[in-house]
Amino acid sequence: MITGSGILRGLWTTFRHFIKTYLEDLRSGKKRYFTKEGIELRRSPDVEGIFTIQYPEEKLPVPEEFRYIPFLVYDEGENGEKEIRCTSCGICAKVCPPQCIWIVRTNDPVTGKPIPQPKEFYIDVDICMNCGFCAEFCPFDAIKMDHDYEIASYDRFKEHIFDLERLSKPASYYAQIRPTNFAREEAARAEKEAQKAAARKVNP
Amino acid sequence: MNEQIELQASSLTDKFPEIVSLDTRTGYTGFLVMPENLITVAQTLRDEFGYDYLSSVTGVDYLPENKMEVVYHFYRTTGGGALVLKTQVDRENPVVPSLTPLYPGAEFQEREAWDLLGIRFANHPDLRRILTWEGFYGHPLRKDWKEPFFEEETKPFKSRWPEGHVYRAEDKNPFHDNVQYPPGFDPEQWSPETDELLYAGLKRVDKSDDFLTEQVVVNLGPQHPSTHGVFRMVVVLDGETVVDLKPIMGYLHRNHEKIGERNTFLQNMPFTDRLDYVCSMSNNFGYALAVEKLMGIQPPERAEYIRVMMAELTRFLNHIFSIGFLLNDLGAFFTPMLYALEERELILDVFEAVSGSRMMCNYFRFGGVARDIPDEVMEKIRKLVLERLPRKLDEMDYFITNNEIVRGRCEGVGVLTAERAIALSASGPVLRASGVAYDVRRADPYSIYDRFEFDIPVRYNGDIYDRYLLRLDEMRQSLRILQQVMRDIPEGPIMSGKPQYQVRVPAGESYGRVEGPKGELGFYVVSNGKPNPWRYHVRAPTFINLTSLAEMCRGQKIADVVTILGSIDIVLGEVDR
Repeated sequence: MITGSGILRGLWTTFRHFIKTYLEDLRSGKKRYFTKEGIELRRSPDVEGIFTIQYPEEKLPVPEEFRYIPFLVYDEGENGEKEIRCTSCGICAKVCPPQCIWIVRTNDPVTGKPIPQPKEFYIDVDICMNCGFCAEFCPFDAIKMDHDYEIASYDRFKEHIFDLERLSKPASYYAQIRPTNFAREEAARAEKEAQKAAARKVNP
Repeated sequence: MNEQIELQASSLTDKFPEIVSLDTRTGYTGFLVMPENLITVAQTLRDEFGYDYLSSVTGVDYLPENKMEVVYHFYRTTGGGALVLKTQVDRENPVVPSLTPLYPGAEFQEREAWDLLGIRFANHPDLRRILTWEGFYGHPLRKDWKEPFFEEETKPFKSRWPEGHVYRAEDKNPFHDNVQYPPGFDPEQWSPETDELLYAGLKRVDKSDDFLTEQVVVNLGPQHPSTHGVFRMVVVLDGETVVDLKPIMGYLHRNHEKIGERNTFLQNMPFTDRLDYVCSMSNNFGYALAVEKLMGIQPPERAEYIRVMMAELTRFLNHIFSIGFLLNDLGAFFTPMLYALEERELILDVFEAVSGSRMMCNYFRFGGVARDIPDEVMEKIRKLVLERLPRKLDEMDYFITNNEIVRGRCEGVGVLTAERAIALSASGPVLRASGVAYDVRRADPYSIYDRFEFDIPVRYNGDIYDRYLLRLDEMRQSLRILQQVMRDIPEGPIMSGKPQYQVRVPAGESYGRVEGPKGELGFYVVSNGKPNPWRYHVRAPTFINLTSLAEMCRGQKIADVVTILGSIDIVLGEVDR
């Protein structure tokens, strides 16, 4: 080895990386930046040259399993009313590692017995660690992890405890962000319904 | 395997029929020894039985029995299972002889046990607090110690459901009140004496030459760009030469283990991500192994392959990241680092697609993994493993390995000999670069590592350059394993049994260890049959690797300390826990 050749190799590699960006620009033309295609190109295993995504003008699409702060799923009734899926069984509050979920169960005002519906539901998003356990273990598919990661706000005292209102999102939104999960769960649910109906037919 | 343990058992109890007894509690293994005989037994273990490597020292508080227990895990560097030695002392006045003179690698771990559990180690050279601050009141891992604003012994807290009245944690826990003081303590009047103690404990050299030079104490850190986080090194300098060095950590301490003991078994999983936040998948792996051992379950085939795949991808990204940072420490500011980050980014995309998060993966479950890998992600991994990563690795090798500056700064600097590396309980790349071919994947195989064909790279000079080369070699071997995984991965289920949010863990103890990218990562878990672990201890590889930092730095130049630290590859999330 000639002394200095190691340093020259380093410089050559850096130069090659530098030049590649421009070569790629010439090759792919305008579609390389600020287009969906370009973003996909710059994060694929074949990428050469520049690697960065210019947030917020460009945004990386998140994968389906991406998890951020949870939300509560509601089905839209015939007259547009919200039928929240949560039954306030409390499994999410029990499994939550940082214990950031608070639920108040509804009690029947006459008998005092619990009704399967939450009266209040809070998540302290300052504490939530986005582990996804609540969504994973919910038996009613009522709580799911969101994709919306831009939740910065000006007032952390007023806005960082999400209540029932803020947490509720329609099932159509869920279907849109997690299409395969949604389809799988709907299929499972339909099958269960069918089984129930069959059982009812056998012994009414 | 069992036969081997039997053999040790009979010979150790034969050797010391009076003083060593088998641990007969259900679910426990190993030997009990009285504290006064500990040194004799440990000496025999090291010199006659060949257990030259003290991997882990764990204190356990058995409050109901009013006992403190110290658990030692010994290994042979030639391979094989653990020999577990335990000693029990009274809770009120726990004194155990220190093993530091025999196994210098015990130094930090014994300090940790003193700090967190209040077990005193007689003859320890420097028994100060290590993770909490000097004025800390009490020993937090004792079972009767309660944090300020203590809510309940174990999670889930009853206040959350069904009458969950929300409050802001900050309202209940204002920062200025978040500290407990001893009775009669006035923080205004208090001045820390330990810094003087610390400075006094550092070695100086006797100067006999003609120059009248002063030896200077320099504090590197805690806020210093080269310390990879909030980490402090106190250095005594003679000119530019390091005379002695002491690492000071704990600035990021959050008592991971106490949190772990409040959590249920499953709730711990996302917390392990936050230990070494660069390789969360490996942390998950170690913890899952420890608990699965206790529960006696096995993940299905496909899950095993997925686990190995994730662990090896993690090793690759950690090593490429650490090489990038090493170059940063050498002054090649961020260009090689960003080339390394590109590859890391592509692997993190894979992690995000399978687990939902780039860094805090929380992907492993007891008895499997959380979800299957989608086909398009599999395709991406295949492309990475077969094409891109080997190419990029060669490029890195091409432009760094023979660089004159890298060689000049790294060769012969920060040397750790093989004997000292074993004695100091170094593990991972630090140990293997010193010429000890010890890798848990081969020495004590776990999961399905015995099926793959791969080599344990080893280098013999023990300097920074060899640690760098070793990481390159290991990345090559990781790719080799990954290629075999991609070839052999079967279809099938990814979970054994139904996913449960509260697992039944029978009473007993277990120690699960994996070869993490930074070294041997071990989890010691004690269950008493309840939903929460009674004791949860992490053998953090970088924390213990730091024991050898002083040894590597003595006699070197101050500018090289930064590089030596970089070559150990620490992550403060794990060091401070």
